[in-house]
Amino acid sequence: MTDILNAIVLITNFVLVPGLTYGSQLALGALGITMIYSILRFSNFAHGEMMSFGAMITILVTWWMQAQGISFGVLPTALLALPIGIAATIILVLTADRVVFKYYRTIKAPPVTLLIVSMGLMFFLGGVIRFIIGPNDQRFLDGERFIMKARSFKQMTGLNEGLAIKTTQGITVFLALIMVAFVFWFLTYTRTGKSMRAYSNNEDLALLSGINPERVVLVTWVITAVLITLAGTLYGLDKSYKPFTYLSLLLPIFASAIVGGIGSPVGAILGGFVIAFSELFVTFAYKRVLGYLLPDSLEPEGLMQLLSTDYKIALSFVILVLVLIIRPTGIAGGKTL
Amino acid sequence: MTSPMRIITVFFGMAILLAFVGINQSWNVAFSILNLCVISAIMALGVNIQWGYAGLVNFGVMGFVAVGGLAGVIVSMPPVEAAWAAGGTQLMGGFAIMGLVIAAATIFWKKTQHWKDRPRKRYLIMALIIILGYAFYRYIADPAIDAIEAVEPAKTGYLGGLGLHILFSWIVGAIAAGLIAMLIGRIALGLRSDYLAIATLGISEIIIYVIKNEDWMARGVKNVNGLPRPVPYELDLQEEQWVNSLAESMSFSVINASSLIVKLAYLSLFVAVLIILFIMAEKALKSPWGRMMRAIRDNEVAAAAMGKDVKNRHLQIFIIGSAILGLAGAMLTTLDGQFTPASYQPLRYTFLIWVMVIVGGSGNNYGSIIGGFIIWFFWIEAEPLGLWLIELLTSGMSADSALKAHLLESAAHTRLMTMGLIMMLVLRFAPKGLIPEAKR
Repeated sequence: MTDILNAIVLITNFVLVPGLTYGSQLALGALGITMIYSILRFSNFAHGEMMSFGAMITILVTWWMQAQGISFGVLPTALLALPIGIAATIILVLTADRVVFKYYRTIKAPPVTLLIVSMGLMFFLGGVIRFIIGPNDQRFLDGERFIMKARSFKQMTGLNEGLAIKTTQGITVFLALIMVAFVFWFLTYTRTGKSMRAYSNNEDLALLSGINPERVVLVTWVITAVLITLAGTLYGLDKSYKPFTYLSLLLPIFASAIVGGIGSPVGAILGGFVIAFSELFVTFAYKRVLGYLLPDSLEPEGLMQLLSTDYKIALSFVILVLVLIIRPTGIAGGKTL
Repeated sequence: MTSPMRIITVFFGMAILLAFVGINQSWNVAFSILNLCVISAIMALGVNIQWGYAGLVNFGVMGFVAVGGLAGVIVSMPPVEAAWAAGGTQLMGGFAIMGLVIAAATIFWKKTQHWKDRPRKRYLIMALIIILGYAFYRYIADPAIDAIEAVEPAKTGYLGGLGLHILFSWIVGAIAAGLIAMLIGRIALGLRSDYLAIATLGISEIIIYVIKNEDWMARGVKNVNGLPRPVPYELDLQEEQWVNSLAESMSFSVINASSLIVKLAYLSLFVAVLIILFIMAEKALKSPWGRMMRAIRDNEVAAAAMGKDVKNRHLQIFIIGSAILGLAGAMLTTLDGQFTPASYQPLRYTFLIWVMVIVGGSGNNYGSIIGGFIIWFFWIEAEPLGLWLIELLTSGMSADSALKAHLLESAAHTRLMTMGLIMMLVLRFAPKGLIPEAKR
């Protein structure tokens, strides 16, 4: 019996908890990609850099607060700085929309042009971010590190395996849950949300019914900016902040959005978790779990890993490619690109 | 017809820029920039063939370039006999099993297409074939890979190459990239442009991950150094009589002269390739085939209605463009004399090439070449330029100001900003690029 419990705790510690966290971060990112895709109808390659920008502002404000002696008790100070980061990101994306994207909307450029334009913006923002904060790793986490420490869990339950939950993991899942719930409430029940869905569904019909497209676009960018900043900051808190990682995050995020079905908010969240969990499940070494579950004579010698951990990120692209071949509309049946 | 005046002016301007660097920094710098300019131009040509001729968005440039670079290692390095003895044959056996499994799975999938009423059984058997096959492959290949990687890991730890002349790898690289493009094209070309972009970007990342982690192939992140060179070594040149007398007459130091001669030798090889490719690309563009490609690009439905096989033509051009990228990748590895998988990053090898094509003018071969030249030039020179600009702007500040120090330190990142800015400005105000596509 304890063997089974130990195996469960082992998997929870190394797969379920990290997967839930990483999945929430991806889901927040993918939700933003999907919103932009369904309203503005293009794949935003600057998404990763926008996330990085939001996180950067939050970090700068956090540092300032830390210098002023402001703290949030056991919670990271970054949470206090988050609203300012969000505000700055809203200003950034609205400016970007006005200066860069709006023109292509008015001339009704094909989506691929917008995609290439967003690539230019990606370069530019990447440069600005590195110019301001530099290309190196930045630490801004403070407060209590763990909600539950591995050792105290062992003492509490008397099991062999420990279960550690970091504060950042708890915060990530909690905030992601609130944000996702808010987005769904907004899209389903408010007038603006309904007009957004109508616009996404059929642009011409929505225009005929008197929906103001610029307002829809504006609200979309604002919501996306909130999602972006949250995703970027939470990822930075949980792992660490480095401008380069946000460019490499872009692909798993796209993969989540597409795997779930691009244009579908439910799909984006599903996709995020599918990507996160498959990355962890496939690269997890099952040796010790099997050691608990199987009789001693059958205990495996190797690590019992399906793929080496080096391939963790590559796996999300493999899933992406598989989904593209087998079911291009994704799990939740979004639009076909 | 694009006005020849414009082409001449732009190329002339580029020559002046390079001469300026030659005089002010050094001719060595100017020629090393020029060498990479030519390689970049070839890459841009490859992307232009896909995007400009046919409207295919290939964001997998990095992957094809890396495959070409890998070909450089596999063709030119001498084989590591000990590694082959340790596990080479067994590993090949593993690959044979992998091939058989894939073949079996494909045949099974094709043969059971009528099993519509039993889809669950079909999926189950399919999954069983793949999982069991994979387990068997790992069972055979894993010990072989471990054995190969254990052979003098600090020096070799891989199978080595074929020991052929490195110029041969240019062709091999092109063919390998073309074959991979064929595979990818069959999967991804049916998709719409956005999807193709993301799919190719993802696939190129997978290629890089495999190259980085499969150490038996090309030592992974441990890099392969000291690839044989198609041109003489500087040290040998410095011994030569004619080099010494030439250096004296030009009033260069011997070291300087020898490295210049090496760079010129590379340059002549690269320029020869560029000219051949350019002539071929121009001929193709003006031929009925090129006309058909433009017809497909401008209106797929109409072209299909006229009986053109859109899907196969797309596949064809995807393969051709990728093969050129593979060729350029092999050339790059030849020039570097080493293969460093960690240096392959999408920003440098995919997106930058796209900036070149867009800025130069897509659909136009002159455009992509000049785009390759100009963008590479500024990619390298943006750093000194940015530094100079910041020094100028902050000259009023006191020398110990923290802001000034930070700005000077960050000057290197102005290149990303400049590239993004140039790209957005070109797209907005001159969407046809520096040298617009000729109206026909």
